Amino acid sequence: MTLAIDLTIVWAFIIAFAVFAYVVLDGFDLGIGILFPAFKVGDSRDQAMNSIAPVWDGNETWLVLGGGGLLAAFPLAYAIILPALYPPIIAMLLGLVFRGVAFEFRWRDPGHRAFWDFAFTAGSATAAFAQGIALGALLQGVKVADRAYAGGWLDWLTPFSVLTGASVVVGYALLGSTWLIWKTEGEAQAVARRFAWILFPAILVAIVFVSLATLYLHPSYVSRWFDMPNVLATAPVPVLTAALSWAFWRAIREGAEASPFFLTLGVFLLTFIGLGISMFPYVIPGSITIWDAATAPRSQAFMLVGAALTVPLILAYTIWSYWVFRGKVGSHGYH
Amino acid sequence: MFDHFDALMLARIQFAFTVSFHFIFPALTIGLASFLAVLEGLWLWTDRSVYLDLFKFWRKIFAVAFAMGVVSGIVMSYQFGTNWSVFSDKAGPVIGPLMAYEVLTAFFLEAGFLGVMLFGMEKVGKKLHFTATCLVALGTFISAFWILSANSWMHTPTGFEMGENGQFLPGPSWWAIIFNPSFPYRLTHTITAAYLTTALTVGAVGAWRLLKNSSSVHARTMFSMAMWMVAIAAPVQIVLGDLHGLNTLEHQPAKVMAMEGHYQSYPDGAPLILFGIPNEAEKRIDYAIQIPKASSLILKHDRNAPMAGLDTIDPDKQPPVTLVFFAFRIMVGLGMAMLGLGLLSLYARFCSRLYDMPLLLRFALVMGPSGYVAVLAGWITTEVGRQPYTIYGLLTTADSVAPLAAPAVAASLIAFIVVYFFVFGAGTLYLFKLMAADPAGVPVHEPGPIRTAGLATPLTPAHPSMTSE
Ligand code: HDD
Ligand code: HEM
Ligand code: HEM
Repeated sequence: MTLAIDLTIVWAFIIAFAVFAYVVLDGFDLGIGILFPAFKVGDSRDQAMNSIAPVWDGNETWLVLGGGGLLAAFPLAYAIILPALYPPIIAMLLGLVFRGVAFEFRWRDPGHRAFWDFAFTAGSATAAFAQGIALGALLQGVKVADRAYAGGWLDWLTPFSVLTGASVVVGYALLGSTWLIWKTEGEAQAVARRFAWILFPAILVAIVFVSLATLYLHPSYVSRWFDMPNVLATAPVPVLTAALSWAFWRAIREGAEASPFFLTLGVFLLTFIGLGISMFPYVIPGSITIWDAATAPRSQAFMLVGAALTVPLILAYTIWSYWVFRGKVGSHGYH
Repeated sequence: MFDHFDALMLARIQFAFTVSFHFIFPALTIGLASFLAVLEGLWLWTDRSVYLDLFKFWRKIFAVAFAMGVVSGIVMSYQFGTNWSVFSDKAGPVIGPLMAYEVLTAFFLEAGFLGVMLFGMEKVGKKLHFTATCLVALGTFISAFWILSANSWMHTPTGFEMGENGQFLPGPSWWAIIFNPSFPYRLTHTITAAYLTTALTVGAVGAWRLLKNSSSVHARTMFSMAMWMVAIAAPVQIVLGDLHGLNTLEHQPAKVMAMEGHYQSYPDGAPLILFGIPNEAEKRIDYAIQIPKASSLILKHDRNAPMAGLDTIDPDKQPPVTLVFFAFRIMVGLGMAMLGLGLLSLYARFCSRLYDMPLLLRFALVMGPSGYVAVLAGWITTEVGRQPYTIYGLLTTADSVAPLAAPAVAASLIAFIVVYFFVFGAGTLYLFKLMAADPAGVPVHEPGPIRTAGLATPLTPAHPSMTSE
């Protein structure tokens, strides 16, 4: 029995890892999509697109692992969350359809390139916004009865979920802009830098708002953050965020190229940890814990073997493929 | 109640619609990935530039089809939860790990090496690039392995236990779940189907070019390769299909009754109905053209063997006959036509007229889309024939559906239809455009750094805005 409980926690961490990997990796892809109209047609846009063309598919696969993994490891949670968030999930999927095909289609049909560029932006923004809404809707809690979703089909739509939606859009755009500072040069880089300059304070404001709103939403979140001994774990989160912000500020001012991206990753990691503190051990806040939702011990064990063998390999060849495409995208054509 | 039925029907239509669109792309990419690996291998081995040209030509087509396969696939993996949540909750402990293995062993592999395969030729060297191409091809195969295992388990569930909370739980052996009774047949039949579909597509593109210019080396090479594949795979597919049918007879007899159009039982030898029109109200096949006792001969290897019909099955456990009956005939008919094409190509080859026999070339051109049609017809036979169950005999489709309001599903269904027709319609046009290009028109040494698939390709004057950068 203790073994089963341990595996449930292990799987909670694996799924959380997949979701985090998705958020930061596809986050910069989607962010580039969101910022795309700000780049001039021609060289700047081509650079921006080419900087992610070889990696976006791998990045998006983490979403499949997050979703498929949730089905595999916490089927009950998957079965409740997805119907509860039906409209935003469908919107996200359709957004990802437009985003994904735009990579290919814009080169195949120069006559309609403007249209596919627009589809790239609209798809990316829709997907980002829908993901943020889904996060907010989950945090505010969903109605559950008898192993199923029991609410209406518009319950997810609240001012809070719209706030989290907008925050995710801002956060992804920041990731995208810092990625472009790293990977591009010339005018594209200058534009990206200007955006990073604005988006960083914006994301800090968003984080503060979302945190306060979350605490207001569920008094239980307050005690999680401020009671002893939890406060020992939570207190460093805001402190570290402040330290990262200061470092980011300096890096941007000094014209650093790679560090703004990694510092932004740090901010994302901290917010993600904060989120974990608020939610654990619930998958559906207030109603379903990870143990309620966990799959059979045999399924956990079988998958853990697979994950232990493959995840290190996946990380290795993913890093290798980033390494192959390292350096600046180049201002003419490809790398 | 009516509300509930409506939402169920809408969810079924939505699933059928999205999965059918999705499968069109794997049907091409599974075969094409292997074809690309073969082309690149031949190029490395012989150093003949025609193979490299063909590789680059088909790689662009692959990139477009693959992108559409990926985006439509992501929709599928979420749809289990959005629309079939009760199924997901109940079957998750069994189906979930199979799909998780698919992500871990296949999707990451495909996606991880795709970038290098598409854009990295000048960056990693020939051998490593070839390895990447092979790994992408391997990924498509592994992907088919797991998803078909999951799908087959739903048709022939084995190796599970029932949990107290109503969940299907894995038994002591995962082997019994993965290698469930229908899986080997479905895997081989579907992979062969993908190879055939690809060969027919490549063959049609080659034939089209040969009809315009029968001396094109590029067209000759691809046409010859494709016709070999058709000639070999078509008969293999028919044998595999027959074996698959025998397996189905053992595990899902009602499906075979629907496929055969056997409304009644035949105590002394059942006829093979070649064609006819099912009459669901009267429970008979109108205008049937049939060969007496042939069905018993094929399925039981004895012309007088008795065969039970749908009259032995409880009416609310019968699959809809009309759709299954026609879909099955379309698949088998096209399979026979593919066999005919393969045989004709062998004859033409034997007479040294492979590249200039107009009949063969036209036939190959017309057969270009037949693989996609056969593949969809096959899936419709399989899936509709399984009704009214999602997990055969154990969980009905009506009990699998998510508790969603009908307007929500109606809205999403309309959105899918509009977006899919628009996006994949455009994508198909681009595929045609790429297929219509001259493969020899791709210079062996492109000016400047290699720019492939998703990247600016300043090659043809038809793309003026690309050359301007
Ligand atoms: C016989 C093969 C086969 C079958 C039956 C299916 N697929 Fe598929 N799928 C593939 C073969 C494939 C592939 C060859 O691996 C694809 C097609 C093109 C591609 O990009 O990868 C793919 C892509 C693909 C992706 C995107 C992967 C990525 O990000 O790279 C997902 C999430 C799914 N599929 C999920 C599904 C689901 C949930 C299915 C069942 C309803 C399904 N597929 C049926
Ligand atoms: C590409 C492969 C597949 C194709 C083309 C396909 C095709 C179909 C079709 C046409 C239907 C509709 C049947 C009807 O409406 O009567 C259907 C139903 C269904 N299929 Fe499949 N299927 C595929 C793979 C799978 C897999 C792998 C699974 C699960 C692991 C699955 C699960 C279902 C479910 C849950 C339904 C219920 C909806 C219904 O019965 O209407 N399918 N499928
Ligand atoms: C001409 C001889 C053929 C026979 C006798 C045959 C037989 C069958 C049978 C009996 C099934 C249903 C199995 C079940 O669900 O229980 C099936 C399914 C299927 N067929 Fe065929 N088939 C033939 C040709 C083809 C061809 C030419 C293609 C495509 C190129 C094809 C593609 C498929 C696919 C994709 C499925 C669904 C997956 C599966 O269940 O295997 N078949 N076939």
